[in-house]
Amino acid sequence: MLSVEDVHAGYGAIIALRGVSLRVEAGELVALVGANGAGKSTLMATIAGVLRPFRGQITFEGRSLLGLPPEEIVRQGIALVPEGRRIFPSLTVAENLRLGAATRRDQTAVQRDIEEMCMRFPILGKRFHQPGGTLSGGEQQQLAIARALMSRPRLLMMDEPSLGLSPILVDEVFAMIGQLHASGVTILLVEQNVERTLDVADRVYLLNTGRVECEGTPEQLRKQVDIVGAYLGDTRGGS
Amino acid sequence: MNVLQEVLQFIINALSLGGLYALMALGLVIVYGILRLVNFAYGELVMVAGYTLLMLGVGPIPWLIVAVISVGVAVFTSLLLERVAFRPVRQASATTMLITSFAVSALLQNAAILFVSPRAKAVVTPSFFTENFQVGNLLISKGNLAGLVVSLFLLGLLTLFLRRTLLGIALRAAADDFVMTRLVGIRANQVIATAFAISGFLAGVVALFWIGRLGSVGPFVGSTPVLIAFVAAVVGGMESLTGAVIGGYLLGALTVGLQLVLPQSLLDYRQAFVFAIVLLVLLFRPQGLVRGPAVTERV
Repeated sequence: MLSVEDVHAGYGAIIALRGVSLRVEAGELVALVGANGAGKSTLMATIAGVLRPFRGQITFEGRSLLGLPPEEIVRQGIALVPEGRRIFPSLTVAENLRLGAATRRDQTAVQRDIEEMCMRFPILGKRFHQPGGTLSGGEQQQLAIARALMSRPRLLMMDEPSLGLSPILVDEVFAMIGQLHASGVTILLVEQNVERTLDVADRVYLLNTGRVECEGTPEQLRKQVDIVGAYLGDTRGGS
Repeated sequence: MNVLQEVLQFIINALSLGGLYALMALGLVIVYGILRLVNFAYGELVMVAGYTLLMLGVGPIPWLIVAVISVGVAVFTSLLLERVAFRPVRQASATTMLITSFAVSALLQNAAILFVSPRAKAVVTPSFFTENFQVGNLLISKGNLAGLVVSLFLLGLLTLFLRRTLLGIALRAAADDFVMTRLVGIRANQVIATAFAISGFLAGVVALFWIGRLGSVGPFVGSTPVLIAFVAAVVGGMESLTGAVIGGYLLGALTVGLQLVLPQSLLDYRQAFVFAIVLLVLLFRPQGLVRGPAVTERV
């Protein structure tokens, strides 16, 4: 479904990705793990079209994404839950959700989906007419996920959805990710919370300083844990 | 005149001038919110609309149609400037964009000096701008009343647009976080062009009333409106549309109020008093009266 081949990217003179290749098949939950600065978020930004790779190829459902601006990449069916949530603080919850469906023309179905989101995330229904900025961190995370789902993506990319949340909310977020996965959504997940991520992922890529260090199923990765312990060490067991 | 009449007179004049100032400030802030660009060429949009009024005003076309065409010309010019001057430097620093706006402003002023005249020319304006009518003992200027009504109507219309339409919501979202707005699928060029179109539209409407009051148009006719817009926006808070409106009305009320209380000999220095008060406000609230959303990092 998504294939990334030999991508080099970075910010100006800083090179964050040095030849990353990965693929995500339809229905899979693929996780990217690795220490801070490994290039996980850069890879997400590059796939989403915020950054242009210096080199390499990115294709989604057989079409190249290279050179497409972010607004066109959403139209291909890829939605991003960005790092730090980035909900629109001065817009109401309702408006945030409506913008999530900006690429869709089927207004009645959009309305139905907004109602469905409020069922799935009851707090959003309760805060429906409040500005997003007044929501707590956990509520904002739910809004960010709901907003991304509003575009009915075939691939959902989530960048550190559990960052900065209380342990209870981390449980909730991972339960939510599990549910989404079970309902057939293809997910590319970036996480620092390695243990929890290994529990839900189908396959895992370990990134280290801009390269894929190793890949495999969570079991395979756990077996190699001695080799990669150095990289997982400080983030194991949750952050 | 008794006190009640004087108060009513003040309210009408303040709301009229304040409404005009609010429209000026909005036109500046709607672009600033998205691009972080203080478009100093905004005044020249007023000028362009003014020259259209001048040229078509002497012909056989009814004034109302001339007015509509003038606003249209301002919108077109604004969109054109976005396309040829600002889009190429959009990725550059805020300073580059600011200097670009100064350059565009100087270019248009000098074009007017070269191709029209360095001096201001009298514009044919409909008589109602200078006519008054009487309600009881109250003398009301028709021009002021029209300004009051039109500005309130446009503010209402703009509010509806920004709250009810997807494009309007996207415009507010872009002021919050431009990159994220693109990530949900809003086309960058569309949002920015819309902001410039609204800015041009407001400048065009402002031109009708501003030049209606002045009765003439010259190459520098836009410099006072852009200054007022900038000051009103700064007082209200550069990043908030509500703030711009509040700043505009405040500045209008202040100007009209000072006209009432200042002795004749000091009336010429009215603007100096206005700006002194503005400085005082900023001393205590440097961020302006209304705070915008937290500034997000731009990638």
